[in-house]
Amino acid sequence: MKLFRPLLAGLGALALGLTAHAAGGAKHAHAPEDGWKFAKVPAGKLDKDSVQRGFQVYQEVCASCHGMKLLSYRNLGEKGGPFYSSDYSNANDNPLVKAIAAEIEILDPNPDENGDPFYRPARPSDPFRSPYPNDQAAMAANGGALPPDLSVITKARGHGNEGDGASYVYSLLTGYPDPEKIKTKAGEDGLNVNYLEFDKDETVGTLTQPTGLYYNPYFAGDTTPQWDGDPRHAPYGGFLAMAPQLPDGRVEYIDGTEATTSQMAKDVAQFLHWAGDPKQGQRKSLALPTMIYLVLLAILLWFSYKRIWRNVDH
Amino acid sequence: MSGHESTYKPETGFTKWLDSRLPIVRLAHDSFVDFPTPKNLNYWYTFGGILAVCLVIQIITGVVLAMHYTADINQAFGSVERIMRDVPYGWLIRNIHMVGASMFFLAVYVHMFRGLYYGSYKAPREVLWLLGCVIYLLMMATAFLGYMLPWGQMSLHGANVIINLFGAIPLVGESIQSWLMGGPSVGNQTLQRFFSLHYLLPFMIAGVVILHIWALHVPGNNNPTGVEVQDTKKDTIPFHPYYTVKDGFAIVVFLIIFAVFVFYAPNVLGHADNYIEANPLVTPANIVPEWYLLPFYAILRAITFNIGPMDAKLLGVIAMFGSIAVLFLLPWLDTSKVKSMRYRPVAKQFFMVFVVVCLLLGWCGASNPDNAVIAMGKDKLVVNYTDSAGLEGSRVFEEFAPAAQFRDEQRDSGGVASMAIEKAPAFTFKTLSQILTAYYFAFFLIILPVLGLRERPKGEPDSIHQSILGHDAPAAAPAE
Repeated sequence: MKLFRPLLAGLGALALGLTAHAAGGAKHAHAPEDGWKFAKVPAGKLDKDSVQRGFQVYQEVCASCHGMKLLSYRNLGEKGGPFYSSDYSNANDNPLVKAIAAEIEILDPNPDENGDPFYRPARPSDPFRSPYPNDQAAMAANGGALPPDLSVITKARGHGNEGDGASYVYSLLTGYPDPEKIKTKAGEDGLNVNYLEFDKDETVGTLTQPTGLYYNPYFAGDTTPQWDGDPRHAPYGGFLAMAPQLPDGRVEYIDGTEATTSQMAKDVAQFLHWAGDPKQGQRKSLALPTMIYLVLLAILLWFSYKRIWRNVDH
Repeated sequence: MSGHESTYKPETGFTKWLDSRLPIVRLAHDSFVDFPTPKNLNYWYTFGGILAVCLVIQIITGVVLAMHYTADINQAFGSVERIMRDVPYGWLIRNIHMVGASMFFLAVYVHMFRGLYYGSYKAPREVLWLLGCVIYLLMMATAFLGYMLPWGQMSLHGANVIINLFGAIPLVGESIQSWLMGGPSVGNQTLQRFFSLHYLLPFMIAGVVILHIWALHVPGNNNPTGVEVQDTKKDTIPFHPYYTVKDGFAIVVFLIIFAVFVFYAPNVLGHADNYIEANPLVTPANIVPEWYLLPFYAILRAITFNIGPMDAKLLGVIAMFGSIAVLFLLPWLDTSKVKSMRYRPVAKQFFMVFVVVCLLLGWCGASNPDNAVIAMGKDKLVVNYTDSAGLEGSRVFEEFAPAAQFRDEQRDSGGVASMAIEKAPAFTFKTLSQILTAYYFAFFLIILPVLGLRERPKGEPDSIHQSILGHDAPAAAPAE
């Protein structure tokens, strides 16, 4: 199956060439140092523990701004999901999933018997609670920026190669500049402005962060308007409204893993990668048998062809 | 082949009874079992069968998807994801359908290039070629309509770009545009009609495919020598089992490639932006069609100049539609009496260039027209300023330090100054696609007509079986 690797790499490169990415020179996203286990050919698996921790990060950090409207709590307990247990083939019966859902209070989509709207603890069949009732409320609470829904975020970034999206999430979350390097000075209107100094190769100069925005080299955008150095060598990336969210120890992992920025980013990226394609385990476990079947069939047909044509000049 | 006598003999009582009422088994037998087929068809000829398989796959998976899909702008995106998540094996069906569109086009392009190379469009197969062109047009329409259905960012904004093209047509353009959209803009009504038509067109394709096969079976297959069958006994073999097994092998090899995409990289052929739900207020940075339409997109964008009363937009649209229309004229544009380019040494070279040109056009279609293919020199810096006396001017610098110093001096002396990048002169994708577009049209309108009259063909065999015996050795060529 290693045979497929160069083939896929070639096709990936082709797709890379074909899909023009005009996004103003964001830095190319990368996987964590030890790579993604799930991206291994032919049947890499998700690290279930990591996906579980990633759910904890999402729940405790991301969920206060980002919804995941295409997921329901039951998905967590379905086959391939982080809390799947073979004892509960119906995820709605899974006590862990029930407990996770019950901690969250949602507005029932239907009114009570008097016709009044009411709140109740969520059930596994309910979709993930959205942090805001609508986009306008979300924008109003975030300085005009809309926190994107994270249901398929890993499929919406990169070039469609396995792990592209997870690498983007990981790179973005770990890619913010070191807070110690962000300096503050008094701006022209008396308010403080934050700025960063660059001194690498030809990218020399000062980048001023607009108020309420944060520089990140992996975020697609344009840094030139905020850059006082050579505009031909403006830093990669852009500014986004999300401040760095994962300082070391931001969450306390239930399983005792040390919650470093990189660990949390890796876990949540893996969780989102699962969430974007929850049936990926099924896809990968069906892949190899299908390939073997097709290759055997091809071999069989090749010999049939040779035999049937043996007396025909052609 | 017409004139070849039916060898079907009904054996049971039922088949005899049926044969005298509806000879459908006889038709199938004469078309796909005892159909005399040239002995020398190579693997390029297996793509017809592969395409039939593709069409069947698309229709079956499509019908199942339609059972679960909701054509409503508020629900379409979610319903496609729901198919992937909650429908049993929905992820598989959807991936097959999505990758299948690309595989269908991959196969049709090979099939068309094969037809071009071996002259399969020439008499007596003109109608066969024309029907093929109709199928190709219908395929493009179907693919475009289908791309709209997931209601992602590329769906919406791609549809906008394509529909706007029709607006360039004089007089009736705007009416056509709103007729296609079903209203003043692309909205729910557009999605619903696109879904309806996306379901309809594949069956029209299937209908034309039947005509295509009928038109194939009247003159019979062309073959790599381009020489017509003269002696059915010596030159041909029955379709079954010889070609069923050969096509079968090719189909399975094709399915292996298909499966690699479906299982290992289902999204690699699409655009990531289509997993962002459509939002009319946010336009993607770079709107590109699916890969199989990129060459035509490049031709559309290559025309950036006006000619007389016609503006660039209209000319671009004419060029794009013209690039397909010219295929319909091909049987009468190519003047050569020799069908196969195997025996046309000069035409063969022009053909190879043509294939490369089509691939490069695809590359141009994916790239920003203003980007450099080859940059000549370095970008410069230009400082635009208005000095304290109100005089405007600009000065160009190579280096940043003196440019910044000059800008600051202007500002300090009470003027206004700003710095911008002046792009180095470059050979851009725009220029490249103009050259390629010119070749594309020249190939059909100049090279093939002229070459057919001037070129001296070389080594065409007298018959298929002779070519097989000699294996096209140069000795078969008549002494000059």
